[in-house]
Amino acid sequence: MTAPDPGAELRDGPDLTGDALDARLAETWADKPGLIGWLRTVDHKRVANRYIVTAIVFLALGGILALLMRLQLARPESGLISADRYNQIFSMHGTTMMFLFAVPVMEAFGVYLVPLMVGTRAIAFPRLNAFSYWLYLAGGIMIWVAFLLDIGPEAGWFSYVPLSGPAFSAGKRTDFWAQMITFTEVAALAVAVELVGTIMKLRAPGMRLDRIPLFVWSILVTAFMVIFSMPAVTLASSMLISDRLVATQFYNASEGGSALLWQHLFWFFGHPEVYIIFLPGLGFVSAITETFCKRPVFAYPLMVGALVTTGLLAFGLWVHHMFATGLPRLGYAFYTAASMAIALPSGVQIFCWIATMWDSRPRLELPMWWVIGFIITFVIGGLTGVMAASVPLDLELHDTYFIVAHFHYTLIGGGVFPLLGALTYWFPKMTGRMLGDRLGKLAFVLTFGGFHLAFMTMHFTGLMGMPRRVYTYPADMGWDTLNLISTIGAFILASGVLIFVVNILLSLHSGTVAGDNPWGAASLEWATRSPPAPYNFRHIPAVTSSTPLWEETLPVFSGLRVTERELLLTTVVEAKPDLREPSPKPSIWPLIAALATTLLFIWSIFSPWAVVWGSIPAAIALIFWFWPKNPPDLEKEPVIE
Amino acid sequence: MSSQPKFSGDLAHLPTYGFGARSLTWWGVIAFMMIEGGGFALAAGAYLFLMSQETAWPPASYPPALLPGAIFTAIILLSEIPNTIIKKASEAQQLAKVRFWLVVIDLIGVLLFVVRAFEFAHINVRWSDNAYGSIVWALLLLHTIHILTDWVDSVVLTALMFTGHGEGPRRFVDVSENSLYWRFVWLTWIPIFALLYLVPRFV
Repeated sequence: MTAPDPGAELRDGPDLTGDALDARLAETWADKPGLIGWLRTVDHKRVANRYIVTAIVFLALGGILALLMRLQLARPESGLISADRYNQIFSMHGTTMMFLFAVPVMEAFGVYLVPLMVGTRAIAFPRLNAFSYWLYLAGGIMIWVAFLLDIGPEAGWFSYVPLSGPAFSAGKRTDFWAQMITFTEVAALAVAVELVGTIMKLRAPGMRLDRIPLFVWSILVTAFMVIFSMPAVTLASSMLISDRLVATQFYNASEGGSALLWQHLFWFFGHPEVYIIFLPGLGFVSAITETFCKRPVFAYPLMVGALVTTGLLAFGLWVHHMFATGLPRLGYAFYTAASMAIALPSGVQIFCWIATMWDSRPRLELPMWWVIGFIITFVIGGLTGVMAASVPLDLELHDTYFIVAHFHYTLIGGGVFPLLGALTYWFPKMTGRMLGDRLGKLAFVLTFGGFHLAFMTMHFTGLMGMPRRVYTYPADMGWDTLNLISTIGAFILASGVLIFVVNILLSLHSGTVAGDNPWGAASLEWATRSPPAPYNFRHIPAVTSSTPLWEETLPVFSGLRVTERELLLTTVVEAKPDLREPSPKPSIWPLIAALATTLLFIWSIFSPWAVVWGSIPAAIALIFWFWPKNPPDLEKEPVIE
Repeated sequence: MSSQPKFSGDLAHLPTYGFGARSLTWWGVIAFMMIEGGGFALAAGAYLFLMSQETAWPPASYPPALLPGAIFTAIILLSEIPNTIIKKASEAQQLAKVRFWLVVIDLIGVLLFVVRAFEFAHINVRWSDNAYGSIVWALLLLHTIHILTDWVDSVVLTALMFTGHGEGPRRFVDVSENSLYWRFVWLTWIPIFALLYLVPRFV
């Protein structure tokens, strides 16, 4: 076998740099213009932008459902929404927010930022990335079309059996929900694999494990949590759909099945899910805190240890969702202890951020407002979590508005506030323009104020005994005023988010031009243009510290091919240069494969034979996806077509 | 970035392929193994959970017939011999050897499906009879899908190795990782075999 001559192909280096290099790289890495180029793209930034925009649309839809519920509950005995419609609305609200907004948007930030932050040209397995987006989009559209046709889910976002089983949920409502799970979990798992591959192998030379940005660490832990938790819900929902379609008996207690089997499998996923949403939020906070305090986050090894510990402990406390089902005493004790223990790594991180701010002069720019909003809100949510970890109190509070208040404090405080801070912080990188400051501050004040008005109140509504998921309540319970306040708060919160989105739209066109590094940040995504070129960096950066852009210069490596898509692979621990591997070119096959998979998933709602016949087009699409498109040219170095 | 950056090294001399943990493919394969391994572990957990609710296991039938399951297990364990030959030959980039043994292992796959059909025929319970029947069918079906997907993958790879593409070194990496995945497929079978065939008899 003749080895190709490395000297035969054009590479970056002292003789090819600057504008000439940009032009050459753009030719190799840019998508073709027009619709076909748009559909074929495998650029992680374009795919991530789609993910983020789609997720924000679902946030808006889920938010509208929340407002409808708040309108219904604003006064007692309201006849605005029927009980059946209300069931579908709260089920869709939870489903949309968890599966179609929160997890996808967090992973999308990973997809956008991780390759830039580790200093590489593309994400690992970029076609899988494109495939995952199309699948997620199809699943989201499917469940929303079903909902609008009055076949939306009706048994809550965790679809407890037997309520969701064939005996109590006739028709196809729950089946659409179960297949929505399949769509979104396959997409989320695909992204997790890409992120693990990118973080393990594509880091810039010198980015040792102890120099990885904390955000990237948070995404790595999150990706592993996705990998270990999502199979549980996929398995559970497949078993549910087969109980409903082909009369298996997994959850049928009269034939040896068990309703608790569902709860165990669901919460083995469902609890880590909360941390899958929250850990990237912690990563955002670390990145923003570092930049605006102009110093590395205090106690880096402790921060990493806390992320990993949170990830591990998150798998040891799913049973605290099931305290009311009756458990052995030892089970109560163990899961109470684990649920309280997870407050420790969260507390460590809170104290490390406070120490970072204490030890510096933080600049109170807009992203920092969200960080402070996060700290206040999340600490309250964390404390009510410790309260609910105690079994006697949990039995009292279970299924009341106290729990609704608690998890909105953790998810909105721990997830959405950091996310809005992250959008503000990375907006200039993603669009080239700054997000408007005045509207941004107004959005923060309304969101933060409206949130606490709506949800602080719910603690008291819950303590006074109001159960969640009731479509109305009698007038003499003493809940009227509290509910009205919550409704007013919800509308203020929604107006804040609306202004945030309006601010984005205005700033896209008239925001101040940002430049490469408007905040003076230290991590590699700020070392390139805003928005970044399709190839991310001209040359592969060389990292000598955990804050590379705060060093005097950022040295680079030369020698990757510029006429073909090529990546540098480095060693896992030390990040020493090891291999050059080609990166896949754009392809239409991920879209076709996603369409074939969509056919398979939707068909199998109606017939078990879809699993047989529907697999064939999907398999054919996957084979075309992988099969090389041109005859081999062994004189040249490898490409992936 | 300034127009004339400071170069601290050149990457042109690096190889364009590497086996095992050096390659991105390996990491993808390992990640998918974790996903599928997790899925199987949870399904096994569901089996044990359902078993713990019953006084007799199987509740109202005979366990699956041992012979087809034992034959299947013997064949899939022996398939590691050609699998190891393929893995070593691919890492030594011996094309003719890789081609021959890939065809052999694809044929072994066909044999496995035939035996698997007998396993289903002698499972001694319907999926709709009770939760025991459901989980037994689920485990056997999941593992069948597992071998089916890897078999299709192997056949496509075999075809690819018979084209001119087979001479590219990166294709040998694909073959090597495919062999790694096959190891995972038969390793996951061992606990499933124990659950389906041994636990109802001996526990």
